[in-house]
Amino acid sequence: MTSAERAMAALTARRGERILAALAIASLAASAILSLVVSPPGAEQGNLIRRMYVHVPAAWVAYLAFAVVFAASIAYLATRKTRWDRLAAASAEIGVLFTALTIVLGSIWAKPVWGTWWTWDPRLTTTAILLLIYVGYLAVRRLPDNPARRGRWAAVVGIVGFVDVPIVHLSVRWWRSLHQAPARLLGVPDVSPMMGAALGIGFLAFTVAYVYLMAVRLRVGRLEDRAMAEALSPRVGQPVEALMEEPARG
Amino acid sequence: MTLLGQTLAVAGKDLRVEVRGRYALGAVLPFAATLLIAFGLSLGPGRTLLQQTAPGLLWLAVLFASVLAFRQTYQSEAEDGAMEGLLLAPIDKASVFLGKAAAVALELLVMEALVVPAVMAMFDLSLGDAPLVLAGAFVLGTIGLAAVGSLFGVLAESPRAREAVFPLLVFPLATPVLVAGVKAIELASTGRGGQAGSWLGLLVAFDLVVLGVGTLVFGQLLED
Repeated sequence: MTSAERAMAALTARRGERILAALAIASLAASAILSLVVSPPGAEQGNLIRRMYVHVPAAWVAYLAFAVVFAASIAYLATRKTRWDRLAAASAEIGVLFTALTIVLGSIWAKPVWGTWWTWDPRLTTTAILLLIYVGYLAVRRLPDNPARRGRWAAVVGIVGFVDVPIVHLSVRWWRSLHQAPARLLGVPDVSPMMGAALGIGFLAFTVAYVYLMAVRLRVGRLEDRAMAEALSPRVGQPVEALMEEPARG
Repeated sequence: MTLLGQTLAVAGKDLRVEVRGRYALGAVLPFAATLLIAFGLSLGPGRTLLQQTAPGLLWLAVLFASVLAFRQTYQSEAEDGAMEGLLLAPIDKASVFLGKAAAVALELLVMEALVVPAVMAMFDLSLGDAPLVLAGAFVLGTIGLAAVGSLFGVLAESPRAREAVFPLLVFPLATPVLVAGVKAIELASTGRGGQAGSWLGLLVAFDLVVLGVGTLVFGQLLED
């Protein structure tokens, strides 16, 4: 086992999971207190600025999750070890969750500030397309009837999807810039040091929550694969561990 | 046989199937025409609105039609063990991807050439004075679309395939084709073809990325 694998195993063990859960709850609580009580209201937006502390970290986790899908997809195609496929699948599910959360939280923030739930801003539009690409990724995972093929197909979508995102973003940005961009979209929210701290803790809290959710999802994924391997093992005459790492082909 | 030769062989085979079966001409083209009439009816007969929306509607019709074209090209491989034959052939798997993309791109381009005059008449779309920009937008956009479709068309032929998965994958991934293709044609048709350079550049970048990544990973989709 490499050190990366050992670290992953430690995190996804029951004990590691409990520690992560405690850390996630503590940091989310700290983030809530900082963003709701300690940090000052914004100069222009007043208390509405507090919606930033959940929206922006959610967006960060969404992008982080899809970057993990991309890296794990490459690792899977290179090594064909099922653990990389499990990592990609877990991260894609959580990424879709956080992308949807980003859009919903953003809409709730946008309605009072911009006066609309939705605007065809490049970042918004790219995020919506991102959500659809990875919903497609999850749909592809349900297509094949054997795990090896599922892993390969999903990995290809995970790679192509991620590589496509910058081009999508560029095209939508140019597309939008031909129209008049709303001036208030361009203004950076006024950020004081305390707001920066609240946002920083928000990033940390959401990242820890992501790692915790990953740990749980990876353990469940491993249990699913083990159940499958245990059912298959006597029939194909291969040990459970081997089947879990490299499923029978065909 | 080089990769180019193999690609041409696969493309030639697919085009031969089309010439003999006339699926794209007989079903995909009428479908695109039906869509355009439906778009026109839904927008009403106002001249300005139709003129403004024509480039977008034209590309939407191409996008929808391409879904049918790709279903057909991979469905014909599913019959009579044709796919197994293709897999057993001593060729680079990437040539299947490139060849199918080339064949469908050509079919779609023929379809576009037939549909554009109809759109000119029905939507009062002017072709402007930049035929090269116009041709570039159609050719580059169609190549990109064909590359995405050729890559993921394989997935639609899985035993548990659901019809919706293919467009769900292709449409979001092909966003740059839709945006850049529409904008380039819009600029060309309003006499501003000179400003379309960056859009054509974007299409070139998209085509190269999808063709490049597709060539690298396509074999992974087929291997079993």
